[in-house]
Amino acid sequence: MSGHASHEEHSHGSVKSYVVGLILSIVLTIIPFGVVMTGSFGTSATVLIIVATAVAQVLVQLILFMHMNTKADEGWNFMSFVFTVSILVLIIGGSVWIMYNLHQNMMIG
Amino acid sequence: MATDTLSNHEGHAHEHDHHDTAGTKVFGFWVYLMSDLVIFGSLFATYAVLLRGTAGGPSGADIFDLPLILINTFLLLVSSFTYGMAVLSMNANRVNQVKAWLAATFLLGAGFIGLELYEFHHLIHLGFGPDRSAFLSAFFTLVGTHGLHVTFGLIWILVMLVQLQTKGLTDMTRPRIMCLSLFWHFLDIVWICVFSFVYLMGVL
Amino acid sequence: MLGKLSLEAIPYHEPIIMVVAIAIAIGGAFVVGALTYFKKWKWLWTEWLTSVDHKKLGIMYFIVALVMLIRGFADAIMMRTQLAMAAGGAEGYLPPHHYDQIFTAHGVIMIFFVAMPMVIGLMNLVVPLQIGARDVAFPFMNNLSFWLFAAGVILVNISLVVGEFAQTGWLAYAPLSGIDYSPGVGVDYWIWALQISGIGTTLTGINFFVTILKMRTKGMTLFRMPIFTWTSLCANILIIASFPILTATIALLTLDRYLGMHFFTNDFGGNMMMYVNLIWAWGHPEVYILILPAFGVFSEVIATFARKRLFGYGTMVWATVAITFLSFIVWLHHFFTMGAGANVNAFFGIATMIIAIPTGVKIFNWLFTMYRGRLEFTSPVLWTLGFIITFTLGGMTGVMLALPAANFVLHNSLFVIAHFHNVIIGGVVFGMLAGLTFWFPKAFGFKLDEKWGKRSFWCWIIGFYVAFMPLYVLSFFGAVRRMQSYENGDWQSWMIIAWVGAVIILCGIACTVIQFIVSIRDRKKNQDVTGDPWDGRTLEWSTSSPAPFYNFAHLPEVNDIDDFWDQKQRNGGKAPLSKPPYQDIHMPKDTWEGPLIGLFATIAGFALVWHIWWLAIVGGVATFAVFMARVFREDVDYYVPAAEVERIEREHQQRVEMQA
Repeated sequence: MSGHASHEEHSHGSVKSYVVGLILSIVLTIIPFGVVMTGSFGTSATVLIIVATAVAQVLVQLILFMHMNTKADEGWNFMSFVFTVSILVLIIGGSVWIMYNLHQNMMIG
Repeated sequence: MATDTLSNHEGHAHEHDHHDTAGTKVFGFWVYLMSDLVIFGSLFATYAVLLRGTAGGPSGADIFDLPLILINTFLLLVSSFTYGMAVLSMNANRVNQVKAWLAATFLLGAGFIGLELYEFHHLIHLGFGPDRSAFLSAFFTLVGTHGLHVTFGLIWILVMLVQLQTKGLTDMTRPRIMCLSLFWHFLDIVWICVFSFVYLMGVL
Repeated sequence: MLGKLSLEAIPYHEPIIMVVAIAIAIGGAFVVGALTYFKKWKWLWTEWLTSVDHKKLGIMYFIVALVMLIRGFADAIMMRTQLAMAAGGAEGYLPPHHYDQIFTAHGVIMIFFVAMPMVIGLMNLVVPLQIGARDVAFPFMNNLSFWLFAAGVILVNISLVVGEFAQTGWLAYAPLSGIDYSPGVGVDYWIWALQISGIGTTLTGINFFVTILKMRTKGMTLFRMPIFTWTSLCANILIIASFPILTATIALLTLDRYLGMHFFTNDFGGNMMMYVNLIWAWGHPEVYILILPAFGVFSEVIATFARKRLFGYGTMVWATVAITFLSFIVWLHHFFTMGAGANVNAFFGIATMIIAIPTGVKIFNWLFTMYRGRLEFTSPVLWTLGFIITFTLGGMTGVMLALPAANFVLHNSLFVIAHFHNVIIGGVVFGMLAGLTFWFPKAFGFKLDEKWGKRSFWCWIIGFYVAFMPLYVLSFFGAVRRMQSYENGDWQSWMIIAWVGAVIILCGIACTVIQFIVSIRDRKKNQDVTGDPWDGRTLEWSTSSPAPFYNFAHLPEVNDIDDFWDQKQRNGGKAPLSKPPYQDIHMPKDTWEGPLIGLFATIAGFALVWHIWWLAIVGGVATFAVFMARVFREDVDYYVPAAEVERIEREHQQRVEMQA
């Protein structure tokens, strides 16, 4: 009955976890927004805060709202996500690296 | 959207124990979301590369109206929460509550789309449409693709409201509500990336 | 009312196209007439077009692929004929705008509408049987995938007669494919044919990924799966992760062309190299989507006909997984000359060369499987041996191309053409023809004729070398690809040799056609009664040929790799037959929605090509409406009564006993 158990896992979650998720999301949205609007940090610190809060918020959504864990569907859920994210890192990072390098060498812009 | 092949149902428990159809559907939908994530990834990569291709037109800092975007973000965040409530109601077999929460989600999503259309209309009105520069093409396409997905989500919510009305909570509608839940939260995640990397970083 | 479409869109003045069009019309009329005369329309609709049976869908994919192979090959031989003539100032018989369409159509057809459907067709036919499943995870979606693919095929073929096809090369590089330089409808045909069929391919990828992970029978752990299933799994992972990039890239090009955006334009900040970057981020994994399943076929063929367990099963699996991952970090080697710096080129050059390592592991595994095996030289084995030699050579020229410094000389020359035909003909085509011969009895219940199969092999392999080795030579003289004519008369003798090679390959294709005719004629003689004609090792051979629509009366249980082989050993060399009691079997119902969605998608695509906006809206709305009908339909499955199962199984057993 492993399949059925995994189905249950999808449905898990409680009012509490959703409320916590909502509050965390709002806080993690307001922090970078405030930092950018007030301009009280330097550019690199601001970028760092934006990235950190974005990543944290994505994790909040994944764990508290989408209930992703390493056990559901024998871990294939989680593994396919990790694989996709790593491919995205390669494609986005690679594209930006390649095109930046091209601009430098061909002296565009 | 698809039927699953089942194995023998009655009296042959050992043959079908690991072929649970609802679980297969939800997992299949998850895999679809992964492929959709790659589409958004390609659009983000394109946006990043074309960021400076403003061709004498405006850059992000010139046109982004952050307070409006913050409202938009909150609409979507709260809609994610209301959708979560719909799933909890479904688990408790309260079909009317499910419908109410789905309706609330629909309204929040429609509000999001309304504000996005206002933003787009405003920009085009100012002469900063997607044909003005490569940067604007990439911006409109990335944000617009997300908006298009939300629109499909809204249509899907309507379909689910009709099916809940006519069929109730069945083996057919339950996995669909789960899939739509994944879809809706997924769009929230994409929006967080748009909010952070397009809008917030765009005005720096 | 009709957008850009008018009667002038039909190229009356092109005799070649008109003759082909008339031939297609006559052939089509003949088929329609035959179907009507024999009253087969209803049969075609209920048994085939609406079927969700993965085996029938696999056969349909293969039929379309073989028909398109003939069209794609007609393009090839026209190009070779042109180049054999157009030397030293001669213009040949094809004007540039026609020649450019032909090489574009050749590439597009061969990759998207021949190689892909062959690979997907084989996966359909074999994978569910190999993992002991009754169908795929989402049977309706499987049918839908086929029809979206078919919509792409139909659009490409319409472009032959109505309007034109792209003149841009098979990947439609921007800005040439932009509206400024390609104002005609050719690129639009390319866009919609690939976009629609590409969505179908993505759905197939999801479907088979979930099928392999979720539908395996009891005891079929991942590391007991047959290698063909493993390579299919990896190919589907590649589809899921890479086809969306193609979808996005084509969508961006569409926005450039239709809404005046500036992603890949020369002006307004566009970046044409981003197009090349994105299309190859899809394009390189695509190469492995095609070759990995072919590797799987060779593994099954070699293990079966050497009567040995595959040497190094574990390394084979891990080599496949390694190639899957590495295929995502090599895409820049397709455009080393773009102007990126030495760091970038060095990284992608080295990454490319690293792929040769897991591929080499596989080659050695196949060699060691044959070593001390009792190899039976059937035609699938011949294809495999031809593959090992030819593919290794092609791999070597690939490593040469992976050196950035050498690549600056070889880029865009005939060397590239020779290289990728070396790996695609030697790898994918040989693999698919081997797979076709190997699994044909499982699909139809009789074997293909060996004599004509071997003749086909010899024609293909000799023809390949005669046709493509001269291109390597010519590339060193400076011959570039995609040229319609050339000044240097010294090249002509090599070009004529290459033409002769193409003619020999034509003989190979003719042999395959004759092979089908002869085999159908002699089907009684070559009948596969037991369902296990090759003394096979994996589960697809444990059921009858052709397999019953429910595949297995009882879902099998496995305890090891090649479990079916072990069962036969325990049973005195004979396959155990199914025994009563039988149970009702739950199966999906056929679907009329799939073909209808395909039809409306074709209409919408055609309308978008010609800017017939109202028709595009009608097609889109109709597609959505049919989809909604599916969403609201509840009678999507049924039970096969146990008595029916028993009747079918008993018939099979009686045939087996009769033969014994």
